[in-house]
Amino acid sequence: MLIKRAPRFKSSEITDQKLYVRRREFIAGAAALALAPLGAEQAEAKTPAGAPLKATRNAVVSSTEPPTDFQSATTYNNFYEFGTDKEDPSRLAASLRPRPWAVQIDGLVAKPQKLDIDQLLTLAPLEERVYSLRCVEAWSMVIPWIGYPLSALLKRAEPTGQAKFVEFTTLVDPEQFPGQRKGILSFGGLDWPYIEGLRLDEAMHPLTLLTVGMYGQVLPNQNGAPLRIVVPWKYGFKSIKSIVRIRLVSEQPKVTWEKQAPQEYGFYSNVNPNVDHPRWSQATERRIGDFRRRKTLPFNGYGDLVASLYTGMDLKKFY
Amino acid sequence: MRGQTPWVVWAVCLAPLAMLGYQAWANDLGANPISYLTNTLGDWAFRILLASLAMTPLRIVFGWSWPIRLRRLLGLFAFTYAALHFGVWIVLDQFFDWPAMAADIAKRPYITVGMAALVLLIPLAATSTKGMIKRLGGRAWNRLHSLVYAIGVLAALHFFWLAKKARTEPYWYALVLAVLLATRLWEWGRRRLARRHAAAPVVSRAASSGSR
Repeated sequence: MLIKRAPRFKSSEITDQKLYVRRREFIAGAAALALAPLGAEQAEAKTPAGAPLKATRNAVVSSTEPPTDFQSATTYNNFYEFGTDKEDPSRLAASLRPRPWAVQIDGLVAKPQKLDIDQLLTLAPLEERVYSLRCVEAWSMVIPWIGYPLSALLKRAEPTGQAKFVEFTTLVDPEQFPGQRKGILSFGGLDWPYIEGLRLDEAMHPLTLLTVGMYGQVLPNQNGAPLRIVVPWKYGFKSIKSIVRIRLVSEQPKVTWEKQAPQEYGFYSNVNPNVDHPRWSQATERRIGDFRRRKTLPFNGYGDLVASLYTGMDLKKFY
Repeated sequence: MRGQTPWVVWAVCLAPLAMLGYQAWANDLGANPISYLTNTLGDWAFRILLASLAMTPLRIVFGWSWPIRLRRLLGLFAFTYAALHFGVWIVLDQFFDWPAMAADIAKRPYITVGMAALVLLIPLAATSTKGMIKRLGGRAWNRLHSLVYAIGVLAALHFFWLAKKARTEPYWYALVLAVLLATRLWEWGRRRLARRHAAAPVVSRAASSGSR
């Protein structure tokens, strides 16, 4: 028997198609507004997920492909803190409380600090960037994210000369994340907290986006509210969600999926059609909404901008 | 109930297919319809296969005879779902990309064992008629159809190897399979023991009955 669950979204919450089609005008208007001194205060007021969030489109790095429909991008994703099914995050999202929220930035930095989400929202001008997202499971989407380069935040903390890597940690709270609850029968799941990591130069790369919104809205809970990163040239699981701690370190961090299955998921996890996952091919992918598979591009199509980070490295070895 | 049981099997086994049909018509197969179809058909193929493997244990444990009459229909439905699962993979997922599929069957253990399970189901489905049982003879037919145990194990491996490590479902399916196979092993052992007892010298039997 198939049990149909009521979606957590009311249809009224989904962006109206007419508005969506006029998004460029909307964004242009929003950009003008953002210049006004009111901007900061407004950002503070728009707390709940789904509230509109103003940003200026960064056309230089944005994909020209049509974005995946909002419904798919918010109801089909992996976020094991909620559960292992792709429908679990949207179904159970209400239990996460993205406010109040603070992020600790520490480790090898001159200025360790704890920043509130409202401070984080106004730290740098918000940009809209349309990136393609390639999941390690061989499906992909095109998503208009909102945020600013992670480098803006890292620079504020002033990494010391010893800092070589950045370690990110997701919130642990079984009350808010049902997937983290331990019962007699819950022998699956991952070891919490979820940890991800980047080399410092990857983290400082202008494409690496500290993300607080998508589709013109505050980030929905199921997509990693209130803030996550997006690293478009790496498999999706590297783009860690609901971050509470950013730590600068000298050694390569032990990251969650690498610990779980080291022969399947490497630290780098750059999108690479020539290095198969041991159990399936990475040569092609299905873009959500498409019927036929398409070829996967090296570095998910961002090779021009990021391949130089890996000069001289054997990407079959450092997968 | 007796006469109606096959209809219950028909209804239960066709319901998932009807549901998929409805969802397809209502455009309600989710964000990744091809993956959803493949997974749902595969789930039901395995579930119905386990149901068919549960009929003999029901007889062993409860002494019922009616489950045995449902075995063939359940087996044929398991084959139907497995074939549809495979069909979706060929047509919708890979879209007749034969070289890619051949490479996957050879290179990916989970696809290799899944393919093997399906291929092994074919002779079982083909010899499921009364006529074929007669032609093969009960003994040979039984031996051929004990392949279903291997098919069960292959299906469990298929599920284990395709799922990400953090998932728990493959363990539950494997546990059910293990219980169903263990029941048979237990029954087989019990019978052997009983036979040995029956063949044992009269003295010891008399002695054991005397001690009662």
